[in-house]
Amino acid sequence: MPTVGVKRDLLFKALGKTYTDVEFDELCFEYGLELDEITSEKEIISREQGDSKASGASDVILYKIDVPANRYDLLCLEGLVRGLQVFKNKLEAPRYRRVSPLSGEPQKLIITEETAAVRPHAVAAVLRNITFTQERYDSFIELQEKLHQNICRKRSLVAIGTHDLDTVSGPFTYTAKPPAEISFKPLNQTKEYTATQLMSLYKTDSHLRHYLHIIEDKPLYPVIYDSNGIVLSMPPIINGDHSKITLKTKNVFVECTATDLTKAKIVLDMMVTMFSEYCSQPFTVEEAEVVYPDGKTCKYPELAYRKEKLSSDFINRKVGINESTETIARLLTKMCLRSEVTGVGDEIEVEIPPTRSDVIHACDIMEDAAMAYGFNNIPYTTPRTYTVANQFPLNKLTELLRQDLAAAGFTEALNFALCSTEDISDKLGKKISETRAVHIANPKTAEFQVARTTLLPGLLKTLAANRKMPLPLKLFEISDVVLKDDTKDVGARNSRRFCAVYYNKSPGFEVIHGLLDRTMQLLEVKSERGDGYHIQAAEDSTFFPGRCAEIFVGGKSVGRLGVLHPDVITRFELTMPCSAVEMDIEPFLGHPAETTLTHDVPLHEVIKHHFPSQVPNSRPTSTKTVFGDVSSAAGLKALDDFLADKSYMEGFEATQADTTMFHAIPSAPSATFSHLLRWYNHVKSFLRERANLPSAKSQFVLEEDDDDDIDLFGSDDEEDNAEVEKLKEQRLAEYAAKKSKKPALIAKSSILLDVKPWDDETDMAKMEECVRSVKMEGLLWGQSKMVPVGYGIKKLQIGCVVEDEKVGTDLLEEAITAFEEYVQSVDVAAFNKI
Amino acid sequence: MSEAGVLETLLLRIEAADGGVDSLETASILGVDHQVLVGAVKSLLALEDLISAELRSSKHWELSGEGTEIAEQGSHEARVFSSVPPEGLPQSELMKLSFGKIGFSKAMSNKWIKVDKTHEGGPRIFRSVENIEDQVRDKLLLVLKGNTSQLEEKEKNELKKRKLLSEVTVKSYWITKGSCFSTTITKQETELTPEMIANGSWKEKKFKPYNFEALGVAPDCGHLHPLMKVRTQFRQIFLEMGFTEMPTNNFIESSFWNFDSLFQPQQHPARDAHDTFFISDPALAHEFPLEYLERVKKIHSEGGYGSQGYKYDWKIEEAQKNILRTHTTAVSARMLYKLAQQEKFTPVKYFSIDRVFRNETLDATHLAEFHQIEGVVADRGLTLGDLMGILHQFFTKLGITKLRFKPAYNPYTEPSMEVFSYHEGLKKWVEVGNSGVFRPEMLLPMGLPEDVTVIAWGLSLERPTMIKYGINNIRELVGHKVNLQMVYDGPICRLES
Repeated sequence: MPTVGVKRDLLFKALGKTYTDVEFDELCFEYGLELDEITSEKEIISREQGDSKASGASDVILYKIDVPANRYDLLCLEGLVRGLQVFKNKLEAPRYRRVSPLSGEPQKLIITEETAAVRPHAVAAVLRNITFTQERYDSFIELQEKLHQNICRKRSLVAIGTHDLDTVSGPFTYTAKPPAEISFKPLNQTKEYTATQLMSLYKTDSHLRHYLHIIEDKPLYPVIYDSNGIVLSMPPIINGDHSKITLKTKNVFVECTATDLTKAKIVLDMMVTMFSEYCSQPFTVEEAEVVYPDGKTCKYPELAYRKEKLSSDFINRKVGINESTETIARLLTKMCLRSEVTGVGDEIEVEIPPTRSDVIHACDIMEDAAMAYGFNNIPYTTPRTYTVANQFPLNKLTELLRQDLAAAGFTEALNFALCSTEDISDKLGKKISETRAVHIANPKTAEFQVARTTLLPGLLKTLAANRKMPLPLKLFEISDVVLKDDTKDVGARNSRRFCAVYYNKSPGFEVIHGLLDRTMQLLEVKSERGDGYHIQAAEDSTFFPGRCAEIFVGGKSVGRLGVLHPDVITRFELTMPCSAVEMDIEPFLGHPAETTLTHDVPLHEVIKHHFPSQVPNSRPTSTKTVFGDVSSAAGLKALDDFLADKSYMEGFEATQADTTMFHAIPSAPSATFSHLLRWYNHVKSFLRERANLPSAKSQFVLEEDDDDDIDLFGSDDEEDNAEVEKLKEQRLAEYAAKKSKKPALIAKSSILLDVKPWDDETDMAKMEECVRSVKMEGLLWGQSKMVPVGYGIKKLQIGCVVEDEKVGTDLLEEAITAFEEYVQSVDVAAFNKI
Repeated sequence: MSEAGVLETLLLRIEAADGGVDSLETASILGVDHQVLVGAVKSLLALEDLISAELRSSKHWELSGEGTEIAEQGSHEARVFSSVPPEGLPQSELMKLSFGKIGFSKAMSNKWIKVDKTHEGGPRIFRSVENIEDQVRDKLLLVLKGNTSQLEEKEKNELKKRKLLSEVTVKSYWITKGSCFSTTITKQETELTPEMIANGSWKEKKFKPYNFEALGVAPDCGHLHPLMKVRTQFRQIFLEMGFTEMPTNNFIESSFWNFDSLFQPQQHPARDAHDTFFISDPALAHEFPLEYLERVKKIHSEGGYGSQGYKYDWKIEEAQKNILRTHTTAVSARMLYKLAQQEKFTPVKYFSIDRVFRNETLDATHLAEFHQIEGVVADRGLTLGDLMGILHQFFTKLGITKLRFKPAYNPYTEPSMEVFSYHEGLKKWVEVGNSGVFRPEMLLPMGLPEDVTVIAWGLSLERPTMIKYGINNIRELVGHKVNLQMVYDGPICRLES
C-alpha cells in the first residue's frame, strides 16, 4: 500500500478544519485510508541516521497516510483534500476540461517508428499559466515519484517527464537513438554526457540505478527533442537540465512515455487533474497532439468521463441496505461519482470522472456507495445458506493419527516445507537427481532452494536445535512433501507423509518399530504378508548398513524405517544414535462414501456457457430461462418469479429484452404478480424511447415447446453460437496440434526397475528371463544386475529405455508382476527423462 | 541408643525442661551424634504440633585432622627435636620419618637444631638448645579444651593457614513443646499397602501427612504442536458453522490459478520475484481448461461482463509459470470453477487452513511460509451485510465480539474490508483479518450464474497462535528452531477464552 506524507497543518488548512489526531484517524478509517504514522522530518532523520544528523531538520508535523493501491487520485495532498472535502459535502467535485490553446495550434509530440522496439507509446498535455509555490512544487515532484513507484511499476510501464514549456519550443520529437549518439546535460548536472556515459554515471546513484535495467541492453534508447534539438528527457531515466521546472515556471509540458498505453493515459490524467487546480483557469488542461509514425493523430489528455446506469435496487441488494434512489445517488456523489436519478424507475446515472480509473465495473460503484453509507452502519445479517460440512478425508485421517501418535509418547514437530538442496540430498547421503524435488528459481537464501521431498531432515534439524533437552527425544510430524509428477497439470503434487525419530544413547530401533506396529494397529492393518503389512531388509544410503527395512502394505512399499547412518547423524550436527521411520499415509485413506473434492479441474467444459465474444463492454448474459406462454397464468407466474430479484430482464438497465417481453404480455398483470407489475409499470415508462434502448443480448423464450432441447437463443445468436463453437473447435485443434508436436521429438525415459523375488529360493535367472520376455513397442531392455537385499535374498535391478508416449511405468509393472510365481514386487528405482 | 530410644529420651527431656532444650547440648548429654538428634527432631516435627523447633546457628573453631594429631603428639618441629638424640642423627634418617620434612625446616627456623654437613657419613643433625616450648601444641590444646577465646585473632588465622584449625558453623535446634505435646508417639505409616487393605490394619494406623506444596511426577507423554492445536480449533469452528474443507494439498500452483483466474493483472507487484517464489523445475504448468482460459484472457485484456477490464496484452506464458502458491485462494478459485461446471448451481460453504509461501524478508513476525485460514460462501443474493454477519459469528467463536470494518483494496474482491477488533490489552483497534466479495470479473468467466455472490475472508494462523501462547518470535513456534520445552508446557487450546 503506498504511503503519502503530508504536512499536517497544510492539510488542515486545505480542509478548512483542524482535527485531533484521533478524529482524523477516524475520518481516514471511514474513507478507507489509514493514518499510519504521525512524525516529522526531524524524527525520521533522527531515527534513520541518528540525532546528530537531525539537528536543524524541520519539526513540522507530518502525517503518513496509507492509500489503497488503486487510488492514484489520493497520492498527493491536492487529491486527498479534494476527495475528503467532497466526502464531507464541503466541495462539489470539480469538472476537468480539456481546452484548445487560445492562440492557434496545440503543442505537438511526434513519435518516430524507432521507438517501437524500446518504448512505443507517448502521451502529452500542457498545464497553462500555473502558479507554483514551494509546497505545490514539492507536491508536484512527489506525485510523479509516487506514480512512478506504483502504477508505473518503477517506471517500467510508464515514465513521466515535466518541462518548463517556455524554455523549449515545439514540435517535439519522441524518437530512439543509439546511446552514443545521445548527448545532453542531464538534470542537476553541470556538463553534457552521452547516454552511454550516463548509464555508468548512474550505476552508483542510489535512486536512478534501479531504472537503468529497463533500457540498458537495448540497442536504441528513447529520447525526446524539441524543434531545436534540445533534449527534454531520456525516458525512463532522466530529464534534461535545460527544461527543468522551477518555482517561476508558468507553463508545464507533461509527457508520459510507456510500454502500456492504457496506463500512460491514466498517469497523464492523474498528473493534470491533480495540478490543473493551480492554473489560471482552474481544472482546465491544454491539449497536446500526438502524431504517430503512421500519420494518425490523437489529442491528449483524454479526461474521459464515462457514464454508467444502474439501479438503486442493485446497490441495496448487494450491500444489504434499503435506501431510496435519491439517497444512493447522494452517497455516490460524495465519492466523486456525480450521480443523478434519471426518474426512470430506480435508475441512477453515474458519471465516472477521469480521476477514478479504479472504477471498472458496477461492483466498484456499489462499493463506493457502501463506503459513503459507512461500512459500520450496515446491519449484520445471517445468510440462510444451508450446507452440510465435510472434512477433507486426508486431513481427517491426519488429525486422528496425530492425536494417537502424541498419546504414544511422541511429540509433534512442525517444519518448513522449503529447505536447502543439501538437506534432502547430500546430508541424507542421496543424490539430488534421485529425489524428484521441485526447485525454486529465485530463493533469497539457501534455506529455500527446494520443496522438501522427505520430512526426515526437518525432524533431524529440530533434534539438533533441542540437544539440551533431556533424552530420549521422540518426535513426529505428519505433513506434506512435494514431488514432481508429470500426470498433474502443474507437474508436481503433494504427498502426505508420516515421519518419526527416536534419539537416545542407544539407537532404539525397537522403539521406532513398535511405533510402526502401533500406527498399523491404529490404521487397522494386520501384521502379515499379503494384505497386511510386513517389513523387509532394504538398502538405503541414509541408514546404517543392515539396519534398514522397507515397509510393505498389501505388497506395496509405503516407506522405510531403520537406524540412521552415522554420517547422516554427524551431518545434522547430532551426536547420539537415532532411528527413524517415514512412510506415505495416503494409501490408508480408504474409500469414503461421499465423493472427495480434489483440486484437479475438468479440462473440458460440459456446461456450454454463452459468453459474449465481440462486445467487450457488454452486460453479463442472462440465465437461460423459459417462461412458457406469458398469456397464460403459468407463464406469468414464471415471469413474476424471475423478476422477484431483478429490475430488468437483463443486467442493470432497460434493454430491448424488456420491451419485447412487455409487448408479449397481453395486458397489465394483476396485483397478485407484484414483481411483474412493478417491472411492467417501470418498463412502460421507457416506451417512448424504446428504439434507443440497447439491444438485447439474448432472447427470452416465450413459447414453451414440448421438446426439452429447446432453442434458447434467437437465430442470430445461433449463428453466433456456431461461430463460437467453430472458433473453439479451431482452438482445440490448434492446441491438440501444438501438443502433438511436442512428442514429435519422441520423449524417452530411462528407467531402473527393482524386481524382488518371493524368497531366496526363487530362480533368479528364470525371473530375469521372464522380465526380459516382456515386449512392448517403444521398450528396450538394458543391463541388469543382482543386488543383495538381505537374508540371502537378491533383487534384480534392470534398466530399460522407454518412449514416454507408448510405455508407462504402470504398464511395465503390471506386465512384470504378472509372473506371479517369481515376482513379488516391482519398484521404479530411478526414472530419468532423456 | 536406638532411634526410638533417642526419640523417647528427647521427649522426656523436653517435658522436664523449663522453656526448651538445645539439640547440641542434649546430644552431648545423651552421648549421641548431633546428626542423630537432628534426625529425631525432624521426625518429631513431621508429627503435627508435637514440638516446635527453632533453627539456631553458631560458629566455633575446630581442629583439623592434622591439628588433632599435633595436639596429641606435639608439633612436627617438636617431634623432630625430640627424635634427635644428643649424639645427633643422620639427616637421611630424619627424612624417613613422616613428620621429618615439614618438622625439619620449621625446627631449623626456630633454631632448635643444627646440621653438620661435613660430618663423616653424610649430614648429621644435632640439637642446638636444651629445652623447647611447643607453642603450637599449646595453642591447639587450648582450642581443643574449648578455650578458643584465649587465642588472638591473628594466631587463629595463622593456624587456619597451616590447616590445623578450621572455623565451623554449627546448626542446632532450640526445641520447645508444641500445642499437642505428648511424650508418647505413635508410629505413622507412609503409604497405604495391599496388606493393610487385606488385614484391615489401616483402620488402626496413623498416616504421615502428604506435603501438598510439592509438585507431582511429570507424566511420560507426547505433545501436540501449539500451532496445530490452534489449527484443530479453527477447523472445529468452521465445521460447527457447516463449512466443507477444501483440498489444499497442492503447494505448487500455476500463476493462472493463483493470479489470473482471480483477475489479478499480470503486472501486479505481487507477481514480482520479490514477493513470489517461482519454480525452475517444473517451470511451467501444461494443462488448463482452455475455454475458461480464453474467457480469463478476454476479461483481463478487453473486459466484458460489464467490466472495462485492465486493457493490457495478457500473455499465456505468464499464466503458465509455476509458483509456490501465495494464498489458498488459488484452491478456492479451482473449487469455484468446478462449482460453475455443475449442471445446477448449489450453494457452498468452503474453508481451508494450509501453508502459503511468500518470498519475503524474514523477521520476528514474518516467515517465508505461513498458514492461511480462509472461509468462502457462495450463494445467490448474498450481501455485504451477510459477510459482516458471518464474520461476526466466526469471530465470536474466537472470543472476539467487537468488530469494525475498514474499506480496503484487493484486486479480486470488491468491496474489500479489513476486519478490526478492539484489543482490550492494547486499548486500540487491531487488524484481525481481511475479507471481501469476489469480483464479477473473477466469477462470471468461471461460468457461475450472475446472481451468485461469493463472499470470503482470510487470516493467518500464526498470529492468533502467537498471541494465544505469548510467543514473540515466530521462529520459536514454527520450524526446526522450535523450543520443545514450550511445546511440552503448552496448555490445551480454547480460543474463545
